[in-house]
Amino acid sequence: MEVRDIIFYLIATLILVSGALAVSSRQIFRSAIYLLFGMIGIAGLYFWLQFEFIAAVQIVVYVGGIVVLIIFSIFLTHRVGSDLPEPTYRRSLFAGLASLFAFVLFWKVIKRNEFYADQPMGELSVRRIGEEMLNYNQGGFVLPFEVVSILLLAAMIGCIVIAMKTNPEKI
Amino acid sequence: MEIGLPHLLFVSTALFFIGVYGFLTRRNMITMLMAVELMLNAVNINFVAFNKYLWGGKLDGVFFTIFIIAIAAAETAVAIAIIIHIYRDHSNIDVEDADSLKF
Repeated sequence: MEVRDIIFYLIATLILVSGALAVSSRQIFRSAIYLLFGMIGIAGLYFWLQFEFIAAVQIVVYVGGIVVLIIFSIFLTHRVGSDLPEPTYRRSLFAGLASLFAFVLFWKVIKRNEFYADQPMGELSVRRIGEEMLNYNQGGFVLPFEVVSILLLAAMIGCIVIAMKTNPEKI
Repeated sequence: MEIGLPHLLFVSTALFFIGVYGFLTRRNMITMLMAVELMLNAVNINFVAFNKYLWGGKLDGVFFTIFIIAIAAAETAVAIAIIIHIYRDHSNIDVEDADSLKF
């Protein structure tokens, strides 16, 4: 077993353990922190696959943005120290069985299938990503890029409008 | 055994169904949102792994991952705005209590 393999197993263990703790912890703040470690583990997996750009995007957007936003909203909506209610036995049993059987089914399908590599991955430089992102020829990604930029603007305005405090006397 | 595509698919499938379990058991809106984030991340791992091991000549998986991350950020921001608004009206964020639109 090489060092590369050991690092993969460590990262995979970190991701799965912190993911499982994030969905099962009874304290909401702790489960947000477990989610944070899971996101860092996924960024480490992207580093392991040598996709440095996506790992950087993952850290900036997820770890630095989404998880911090979730922690802020926990502080706005929960009293610190109060536990979440335990899910009913029936619900957790059936949810666990459903996800376990679905996982086994998917894993069987993946094991039966044989994957054929099309061609090996070349070097993934940021220059290549940027040129492909603004490429307007066949197979380029400039249209989704522009659509996502408009979507982000719409989401930003929508968030401000929804979360704004409305004064009922003025309407 | 060399680490290849099946190992990465195992990690992403397991993470996806951990997210499904959390989505089905939790009744709190913020924790359900966290479960959805886990599922989106599992999908991202899948896209990147297929791009790396099977389709090296193109960058489609990488771009899908980048766009999914952007859309997930927008989705989380809108969801948290809605959650804070619901908290102002109901003073808790349990999904069972948010039934004002129910007929």
